[in-house]
Amino acid sequence: MANVVGAAVCRTAADEGKPADWVPGGERQKVVDPMKMFHELPREMQFITGSEAARESMRRANIDIAIAYPITPQSESMQQAGYLYDEGYIKEYYRAEEEIGTFSAISGASRAGVRSLTATSGPGLMRGMEAISSWPGARTPIIMLNMCRVINTPLAIQPDNIEMSFMLNTGILMLHAENQQDFYDFPLAAICASEQVDVTLPAVVSVDGFFCTHARGPVMITPEEYKLPPRDGWRSAVPAMDNENPPARISRDAPIQKSNFISYHMHSSWQQEVFAAVQRSAKYFHAYLGGLVEVVNPGAEDFIVASGCAVSQAREAVRQEGEAGRKVGLVKIKTIRPFPTEDIYEALKGAKRILVPEFNQAGWLHKELCSVLYGRTKGVIKDGPRVYGGMTMPTEMILETLAEFRKEVK
Amino acid sequence: MSLETLRPSPAMQDFLPTEYKDLVEHGPYNNRNGKEHQTVKVTDMGKFKEVIEEHPMCAGCAMTLFIRLTYIGMPNPEHTIIVGTAGCGRLAISQASVPFIYGNYGDTNAVASGLKRGLEVRYPNQKKDVIVMAGDGGLIDIGFQGLMHSWFRHEKFTTIMLDNEVYGNTGGQESGMTNQGKVLKMAPRGKFGEKVDALGLAKVAGVDYIARLAPTNPSRVARTVRRAIMVAREVGSSYIQAYTSCNIEYSIPTPDVMKDAFEIEKERYGFEEIISPRAKEYLDEIEKKPKKKKSDK
Repeated sequence: MANVVGAAVCRTAADEGKPADWVPGGERQKVVDPMKMFHELPREMQFITGSEAARESMRRANIDIAIAYPITPQSESMQQAGYLYDEGYIKEYYRAEEEIGTFSAISGASRAGVRSLTATSGPGLMRGMEAISSWPGARTPIIMLNMCRVINTPLAIQPDNIEMSFMLNTGILMLHAENQQDFYDFPLAAICASEQVDVTLPAVVSVDGFFCTHARGPVMITPEEYKLPPRDGWRSAVPAMDNENPPARISRDAPIQKSNFISYHMHSSWQQEVFAAVQRSAKYFHAYLGGLVEVVNPGAEDFIVASGCAVSQAREAVRQEGEAGRKVGLVKIKTIRPFPTEDIYEALKGAKRILVPEFNQAGWLHKELCSVLYGRTKGVIKDGPRVYGGMTMPTEMILETLAEFRKEVK
Repeated sequence: MSLETLRPSPAMQDFLPTEYKDLVEHGPYNNRNGKEHQTVKVTDMGKFKEVIEEHPMCAGCAMTLFIRLTYIGMPNPEHTIIVGTAGCGRLAISQASVPFIYGNYGDTNAVASGLKRGLEVRYPNQKKDVIVMAGDGGLIDIGFQGLMHSWFRHEKFTTIMLDNEVYGNTGGQESGMTNQGKVLKMAPRGKFGEKVDALGLAKVAGVDYIARLAPTNPSRVARTVRRAIMVAREVGSSYIQAYTSCNIEYSIPTPDVMKDAFEIEKERYGFEEIISPRAKEYLDEIEKKPKKKKSDK
């Protein structure tokens, strides 16, 4: 009775409408050590969109299950995940009912001990926020791609990374990709870090929608025949919910709603452990990405600190300032969580002016920076320029803001 | 086989807790008698170690009886995972010797969809039974969308609704499964709409095995649970809707809980099974009694 019509899971080549000699793409790939994949394998340049870069990343990520729900500008990536499923690079895939359903289901899949991927954009992320914010406490390694988009009214589909601010205090690992290249590299690194025993946490790789997802850029990619090692469901800070244990009470997500000191302590110590695990992930990102930050022009008096697309715009501003004979430094923040406080502090030690350009209304990165550098730096931290609702950030805006900044802080 | 994955060293076996030894040696976890499924019987309750024995439910709660019987009905508790949500039932379910996922509000059928598919990927040669056991509010109100879509997708797990016709755990508010006109909290003038026809919805969605019952006949509860799980294992979605009264919010005197169950069963909650042709074919196949050979006589 296996593979009944209408059954949720079909396995054989015939059931999947493939010829009998069909070999799933994933089975033609060789497993390679992550460090070798990140640092040693030869790379070939492709001129592709961010969504295509995500597809190539997923192809090499040894994903067991991907659960999709469409939203602009994410849809294309999860459609690509569907094609990868059809080609046999992803073992299981379906389109869920909406985001609460998607993000709940992906947490169920991760609890089963398999590598689980989903993706979303602004309003979808907000809709599924209850589920998302419970992932870290449930200690579910999940990889989510987030193609940033406006939230709030008036409704728009434009790029704006305001939604990232809502994830800052959830215990999720957060990476912010600058360009198509990062959107290829970061998901692979995030998967490997999130599945480490001393981490066991979900990871979200955000990228600014449209600017990266729908625009082409050069991406150096590793050969298609290599994939990451599979997730080992046994290597985990908490047991997978697979009932492969001796009979025992295993309520991994135990209800502790009773009002007594044991329940208070249980919740608080559990949360402390989640946020400690976020910090422990830093060493893996150091190894995989060569650091949590990238510093350009160390020792400069003027510094720009940015993440995501704002980094690319800042790079150009730094170049133009250099042409004019002014040395301006740049700190690119790759990991928002764990927040690289010490790396930033080291880079900004001698800085007099610190400018934080952002693609959102709230200025969440500026606030983060102020909170971790408070009392530790003599430099003045200025927010701006800030654009949102889909606006671009011309380099001139950064240059003008820098010029004003120099007048304000002599 | 889970009991093989982590095995206590023989030298340590004597020092294991009695509860563990009883469950494995005499309880449903390993009571095989050479068969594929557990063989403990409802009529022997009290003589073997149950999957759930201690719980903090209210005295006389019919839901607790139903949950105990559900665990006895499970064909393979050692390969079963329960998914639940907020509500009274989880107070007992989380005390059982079967893994329990207590997720967010109303997320049960979505979590179970991902879990079941993940387990199928990870254990292609070992059937793992996933069961959603949640209340009427958790499934028909806040979890409605996930419930319906898991049925539309024919997800291969069982959904059991513990229908006490009220939000018991939050203090007695009306739910979608409350009867029309009933005065409860948040329905000060009596419930406006009718009790949701969840069985009808299941039928429309193409659920392969649907059953409605009250816990008046313990053996029937165990048998129904077993049938639902077996259909979910091999055919498609299955759904059991069980009347599990709330004696607190409905003011049923504790000694009269079972009397109420019999009355409600007679009045509007009679045992009913709706089985799809393909599920029936499968059940006929597995429940077929071996024919006695002439030589056996």
